[in-house]
Amino acid sequence: MENQNNKIAKDIEGYLKEHENKDMLRFLTCGSVDDGKSTLIGRMLYDSKMVFDDQLAAVEGESKKYGTTGEKIDMALLVDGLQSEREQGITIDVAYRFFATEKRKYIIADTPGHEQYTRNMVTGASTADVAIILIDARKGILTQTKRHSFIVSLLGIEHVIVAINKMDLVDFSESVFKEISKSYTELANELNIKNTYYMPVSALDGDNVVEKSKKTTWYKGKTLLNLLDSIDISKKEKHEDFRFPVQYVNRPNLDFRGFCGTIAAGKVSVGDEITVLPSGKTTVIKSIIDSGDIIEENFHVTCKNAYAPMAVTLTTKDEIDISRGDMIVHSKNVPRVSNSLKVMLVWMDEKSMELNQNYDIKRGTSVVPGSFEHINYKVDINTFERKQVHKLDVNDIASCKMILNQPIAADSYTKNRYTGSFVVIDRITNNTVGAGMILGVSRRENDLSKIHSKEYTDSEKALNKFIRENFPEWDCKKI
Amino acid sequence: MITKKRLTHLKQLEAESVHILREVAAEFTNPVMMYSVGKDSSVMLHIAIKAFAPSKPPFPLLHVDTTWKFKEMIKFRDQRAIDLGFDLLVHSNPEGIKMGMSPFKHGSKVHTDIMKTQALKQALNAGKYDAVIGGARRDEEKSRAKERIFSFRDKNHRWDPKNQRPELWNVYNTGIQKGESVRVFPISNWTELDVWQYIYLEKIPIPSLYFSKEREVVEYEGTKILVDDERMPKELREKAKKEMVRFRTLGCYPLTGAINSKATTLPQIIKEMLLSTSSEREGRIIDKDQEGAMEQKKIEGYF
Repeated sequence: MENQNNKIAKDIEGYLKEHENKDMLRFLTCGSVDDGKSTLIGRMLYDSKMVFDDQLAAVEGESKKYGTTGEKIDMALLVDGLQSEREQGITIDVAYRFFATEKRKYIIADTPGHEQYTRNMVTGASTADVAIILIDARKGILTQTKRHSFIVSLLGIEHVIVAINKMDLVDFSESVFKEISKSYTELANELNIKNTYYMPVSALDGDNVVEKSKKTTWYKGKTLLNLLDSIDISKKEKHEDFRFPVQYVNRPNLDFRGFCGTIAAGKVSVGDEITVLPSGKTTVIKSIIDSGDIIEENFHVTCKNAYAPMAVTLTTKDEIDISRGDMIVHSKNVPRVSNSLKVMLVWMDEKSMELNQNYDIKRGTSVVPGSFEHINYKVDINTFERKQVHKLDVNDIASCKMILNQPIAADSYTKNRYTGSFVVIDRITNNTVGAGMILGVSRRENDLSKIHSKEYTDSEKALNKFIRENFPEWDCKKI
Repeated sequence: MITKKRLTHLKQLEAESVHILREVAAEFTNPVMMYSVGKDSSVMLHIAIKAFAPSKPPFPLLHVDTTWKFKEMIKFRDQRAIDLGFDLLVHSNPEGIKMGMSPFKHGSKVHTDIMKTQALKQALNAGKYDAVIGGARRDEEKSRAKERIFSFRDKNHRWDPKNQRPELWNVYNTGIQKGESVRVFPISNWTELDVWQYIYLEKIPIPSLYFSKEREVVEYEGTKILVDDERMPKELREKAKKEMVRFRTLGCYPLTGAINSKATTLPQIIKEMLLSTSSEREGRIIDKDQEGAMEQKKIEGYF
């Protein structure tokens, strides 16, 4: 931090140049009241100099009133936002916190750990790239650790940092650390969590959070902040997997009809052959406007290609019917279109989910009425056991069969977080009553993949490509 | 072909904000964008232009004028609306004007309630807006950190912090019944530094009050305020001194503290901000009236 300040003081323009190219990482912190989660976040903000003197002064005043740390400043009060939470000393709702290092900007989703707030944790996890799971070194893996890990895996978070906290209370014992790491590895395997990282910390005193601790000389790994700075979160996705949920049709005059949206996956280039789903109509990309390129002096800047997660406007060669809720994809890589989906549903409303009742299902930019026909099983989030049930209550997580009134183009959640997820909206109260992840798409109706089902050999594909590239006047179709 | 490219953090934030604004345009019938003339509003306006180009953004701008804003803000506001071709709506609380409302006489709390919160409700009721876009950021204040990007308001414009709709991925619930509305915060995930960096990179015009200059200021309620017009009590004006100052936030001049500064360029402002030990809201008198002040004001309908 000192170095950074010197750089800022001496060469601010150089500093700004470097920071234009910062990356962004969103992470979730999971833990319960006693794990020191808020303390850890407060510590990260404080040690990375994100807390200002006036904020600290306010917290000092409040520490005396609500604090639980005696003479020390209660770091947790830096992050517990709502009055009711400060009074009760717990986190109820998701709070978003921000800090930056030289490498990355961070968005922290600070979520409650109690079972009755499972839905809030699911909410925080939905946008996170990384999860930090806090384990109290004195207690090891508890039911809540299993629950948090299950949610993290359910929401597709690929990187889990296991912060074994309160190491000061177990004399910074290496064997305690190793023991807990070992049992967590088993849990991670059971839940298919791809990457796990372990570190001994004391959030209260800051050991291994930003600065390396002198009390854990046996620990050769990175500090928490160094690890966050270095985790590779780039998604290795294929260009061909282009997915573009049409968000808004921009039609200022008769000469321009642009389809606005955020690229959910893959890459698109001018000249690409595209298919519009669910209609199945095809055309070619005529132009691409990257909203980021637009300047106040020129509203007509275009680009040759764009990739996820850019917010762009596409125009097409042919005037075909495209509207909000449709999905534009590459013609050579068409997802399944169906109205029957196998989903993992998280129920979020106090009012129970009722089978066969109509709800609005909002997936990406499409809103279609639908219902749940059948509950395959409910998962006990503490034991991972499957149970047969006939209704879902708040915080229940279950595999269900969802039937939509109209077919949509869908991917599985594991393939694409944004085209494979949806929220459930009550049609009377308009509340968000559930959220779900698509597990599978049935071949029930309007399945376009049949058209593309013929398998071609590589040489046939190469021949087709050769003809298309060299004899465009033949109007050869892409296979 | 495999993509491993990632957008920089500012490009990711920008794309997210564009997505949010388009969602508003697509889902609501009568949206409006609050324009407060400050740096955050300036960023929001700039992104709105990007989101809908080559069209103009499909909503008007609304400025709640407390009649105590810095003179320069009003000039800047009118010019920006003309330059960018926005419809600009301005509302001041007529009852407050009749009462001769003054922060000097009535204090910040009453002034803010009548000239800002009540005025805002009047304007929103009159316009029957179903979506109200605002430039608040989550890093500004503790209760803001918990607010949704699409934040539901009942018929009385009240926020219920304990009963917010879950908001997952980038799927936003825009459902409301008649009379209800949604406040939308497209730059929720930006920090003060992000905003300044973006203004610098995109060369976004901002009022010159943000840059340091020799200005006439006077000590008032623990901060330095600008002598902006004759309505400032004479005894205060008499004590005014010329100092090199600038403002980190803009609002009503009697309620906005100036800081001593030599920063006359954007990089210098950013430098000061990065090396500063106080938050940007420190100069705002209204946040400190009572503990949890912002949460309470927000529940009552304030932005």
